[in-house]
Amino acid sequence: MSFIRKPDIRYKGQRTNALGLTLRDYEGGMSTLCAGCGHDSITSALVQAFFELDIEPYRVAKLSGIGCSSKTPAYFLSQAHGINAVHGRMPAVATGANAAARDLYYIGVSGDGDSLSIGLGQFAHAMRRNLHMLYLIENNGVYGLTKGQFSASADIGSKAKKGEINEQRPIDPVKTALAMGGTFVARGFSGDKDQLLPMLKAGLKHDGFAMIDVLSPCVTFNDHEDSTKSYAHTRQFYHPAVHADFIPPAEPIRAGYDEGEAVPVQLHDGSQVLLRKVAPDYDPHDRAAAMSYLERHEQAGEIVTGLLYIEEHRPTMHAINQTAATALRDLDYSVLNPGAAALAELQKRFR
Amino acid sequence: MKPTDTSDPDYFHKVVDCQWACPAHTNVPEYIRLIAQGRYTDAYLLNRESNVFPGILGRVCDRPCEPACRRARVEDKPVAICRLKRVAADLSDEVADQLPRRPAQGNGKRVALIGAGCASLTVANDLLPLGYEVVIYEKLGETGGLMRSNIPRFRLPPEILDTEINAIVEMGAELRLNAPVESLKGLLDEGFDAVFVGTGAPHGKNLELPGRYDTDRIHIGIAWLESVAFQHIESIGEKVLIIGGGNTAMDCCRSSLRLGGKDVKVMARKPRHLLKASDWELEDAEEEQVELLLNHSPEEFIVEDGRLTGMKFARVEWHDDGSGRLKAKTLDHVVIPCDDVILAIGQENAFPWIERDMGIEFDEWNVPVVDKNTFESTRPGVFFGGDSAFGPKNIIWAVEHGHQAAISIHKYCQGESMTERLPYGMNLASTKMSIHEWSYSNDFDPAERRLMPHVSLKERFKNLDIEVELGFSYEQTLTEVERCLNCDIQTVFAAKLCIECDACIDICPVDCLTITQNGAEQELRTRLSAPAENTSQDLYVSEDLPHTGRVMVKDENLCVHCGLCAERCPTAAWDMQKSELIIPYATDEAQCPKEQKAG
Ligand SMILES: Cc1ncc(C[n+]2csc(CCOP(=O)(O)OP(=O)(O)O)c2C)c(N)n1
Ligand code: SF4
Ligand code: SF4
Ligand code: SF4
Repeated sequence: MSFIRKPDIRYKGQRTNALGLTLRDYEGGMSTLCAGCGHDSITSALVQAFFELDIEPYRVAKLSGIGCSSKTPAYFLSQAHGINAVHGRMPAVATGANAAARDLYYIGVSGDGDSLSIGLGQFAHAMRRNLHMLYLIENNGVYGLTKGQFSASADIGSKAKKGEINEQRPIDPVKTALAMGGTFVARGFSGDKDQLLPMLKAGLKHDGFAMIDVLSPCVTFNDHEDSTKSYAHTRQFYHPAVHADFIPPAEPIRAGYDEGEAVPVQLHDGSQVLLRKVAPDYDPHDRAAAMSYLERHEQAGEIVTGLLYIEEHRPTMHAINQTAATALRDLDYSVLNPGAAALAELQKRFR
Repeated sequence: MKPTDTSDPDYFHKVVDCQWACPAHTNVPEYIRLIAQGRYTDAYLLNRESNVFPGILGRVCDRPCEPACRRARVEDKPVAICRLKRVAADLSDEVADQLPRRPAQGNGKRVALIGAGCASLTVANDLLPLGYEVVIYEKLGETGGLMRSNIPRFRLPPEILDTEINAIVEMGAELRLNAPVESLKGLLDEGFDAVFVGTGAPHGKNLELPGRYDTDRIHIGIAWLESVAFQHIESIGEKVLIIGGGNTAMDCCRSSLRLGGKDVKVMARKPRHLLKASDWELEDAEEEQVELLLNHSPEEFIVEDGRLTGMKFARVEWHDDGSGRLKAKTLDHVVIPCDDVILAIGQENAFPWIERDMGIEFDEWNVPVVDKNTFESTRPGVFFGGDSAFGPKNIIWAVEHGHQAAISIHKYCQGESMTERLPYGMNLASTKMSIHEWSYSNDFDPAERRLMPHVSLKERFKNLDIEVELGFSYEQTLTEVERCLNCDIQTVFAAKLCIECDACIDICPVDCLTITQNGAEQELRTRLSAPAENTSQDLYVSEDLPHTGRVMVKDENLCVHCGLCAERCPTAAWDMQKSELIIPYATDEAQCPKEQKAG
């Protein structure tokens, strides 16, 4: 971490977005994570994504559990809403918030420990419900905050900094998400912002549960030679299956996909994700194919990245549960609380 | 792009924009840091190495460093560099006893310096410690040249001049006042080994218009200022017109106000942005209620019954003539009443005392032909510097000429080649003290530029000698030094250590770092985190990064030298290092060959 706060300097020629805000307006407090932590890079990609999507910071709700990763929402969008929940319980809080105010952008930031150990059940159910949110797993293969124990995503045979060898099978969040019915499943790498940024933008615009597993090396406890989640290892075995471009609705679609190399996917607000296939046989609409593609490349020791699966039209929690179309805070009190008579009427139906 | 060669002293020199822009390359950031530490004497001495007259220049320097200052990239106003120089000079202890003297054993060479102004005095300053016998000839009864005769006392008090000039003369020069040189040949016959001409450009330009010689109330600016300085003139009429828009015009109008002028107007031919006067001098004149009339082209002096009553001007409009040159179009004419007119339209040098048959070539404008690097004329052993070499510039240029001429004179007298000069050198050293500690103050201070306090308008006209500028207060100094971005503290990158974690890029407050594929400069500039549009500032490009073969690019334009990138980097691939430019002077030239011989 740094000991001097990042000064707020407005320089000549600084970029502003459609709202007239600068990148700096999307930043948060000073990071207290270790210098070089992958989580900080993800934070900076998020800052850029919100900036480029011209989203007003107050229209965002940030949610997290416990861990270094779960601290990161404090480091972007100071002016957004935020809840820091209990270890692994962020999805439940996100569900409640979502039910009450459906007009916000929800972003949950979790860790591999937070989501795949204590929080696995919550994580799975959020996907099952197709909760409307962007769910990031900042995946470093260790419990960073509690100083480096293996997490459930640590690969078999990988070594801890002190030499201990992991012997349990890892839980892969991407495969888990595919199995649980996730409608937007992607993997990125904190060290490749060019790939991560359009995925974050598409994830924020996705109508449903968007899960992005971001490999995020922990420089302090998991960036050594025998780690499979270090900067060097990730760069070496990195395999982009699809490259995504995000295209906001106002921009004309570039001619790129005519060539048959790229597939446009329309998101609910009219924006597009342009999937540029790096692997010629890759189809991001086929859940089973995605699964086997992952398996195959995993056998070869490769880390597959990109937007691996997308399904645009599955009903979200709001549709399934018929939640009110308006955020609760905007409803008239008489609608929100129809009174004792209405309650009695309702109860009659259950007798 | 090729990886940046940071071993070239000029690379980092250029990043220190103030120092790069200063003709004498004064080490501005270092002296500002010394002031910040309260080390005023050290700051003064450091300053003096390159610019010789910190107290004088702290008041009246033309400040080419300020428009170049990087602070203006993140805020409108540059650091008040010149004001800080004055702080160091005002608060410095006596330094005369710390300066070198002419050694008891001279080196047997005699050098004549003509004129006791800034150029000659710099030559004396550089040559005396080497054992030269230096004789300074001055036509006036006082030293200082134009610094004393042309800059009014309310801007530059005589005591300041005396202190800094005496410090040089007392190193052991022989000063001959009231000793005009009437023949260069005659002087050379006295057996000098070399002669330096530092006589300035002492002739004010005239304006030959109808009526010019029908009255004695038309004055030539610099001659008039000289007469004021030496108290030959003590009054002026109530209505005064100053013709011209440069700094001399500002000195003339402000002096007129102190000699009885009530209605003083500066008449300029050009629009405001084309005036030669420095902004601050224009502002000071306007603060004193001088009226500035733009786009007035003088046409005639109106003299009635032998008395100057006014002046006729054409009011003009300026148009681009298509080739980029401005052409004036007359709109109408006006007559502006006046009692006196002062002409401040420029200066030129004249050398009636140089015989034309002694091997010194003059060009078509009657200016001697002088080598731009050695300052030697076409006659071996005769050197020119300051305004007398290349026409009117400013004090700090004259000082730099003096330094360079001193090197040439030394080499000439020692029979060495004048063109083989020591190159600039550089020291680079880490400023990291511990993991989060730096030897410089790197926290960006958002404070705005401090304003110079002035003597009240009522007070200042009581007497010609009242210095208008009061100097910075302690609090002002404290704030202003922190505005400096320490541009000599450079971000130095070691590609082989980088793991491409992006931490430095994320923390940089001005987005001046990018890791990307290499490319041609023009194209690369378009792909950086922040647009790199200032092409006069370099891109710092690293070697290929070990993991992905991309490069680290830093846009030198915006960096505020905060060191956050270096503090953030987990592998210390970035380090903040102080670059110190090593400028060779005559003393270094004198020491170097001996050392080489010894080695
Ligand atoms: C209920 C509960 N159990 C255990 C802990 C201890 N704990 C704190 S952080 C953490 C793991 C965090 O790991 P991860 O989510 O991967 O985040 P990282 O710090 O690696 O970013 C654990 C087990 C806790 N805070 N609360
Ligand atoms: S900020 Fe300081 S070092 Fe940089 S150019 Fe200005 S005065 Fe010089
Ligand atoms: S020192 Fe580093 S962090 Fe600071 S402005 Fe320069 S490049 Fe950016
Ligand atoms: S912080 Fe250091 S290691 Fe990380 S990208 Fe920057 S220079 Fe490289």
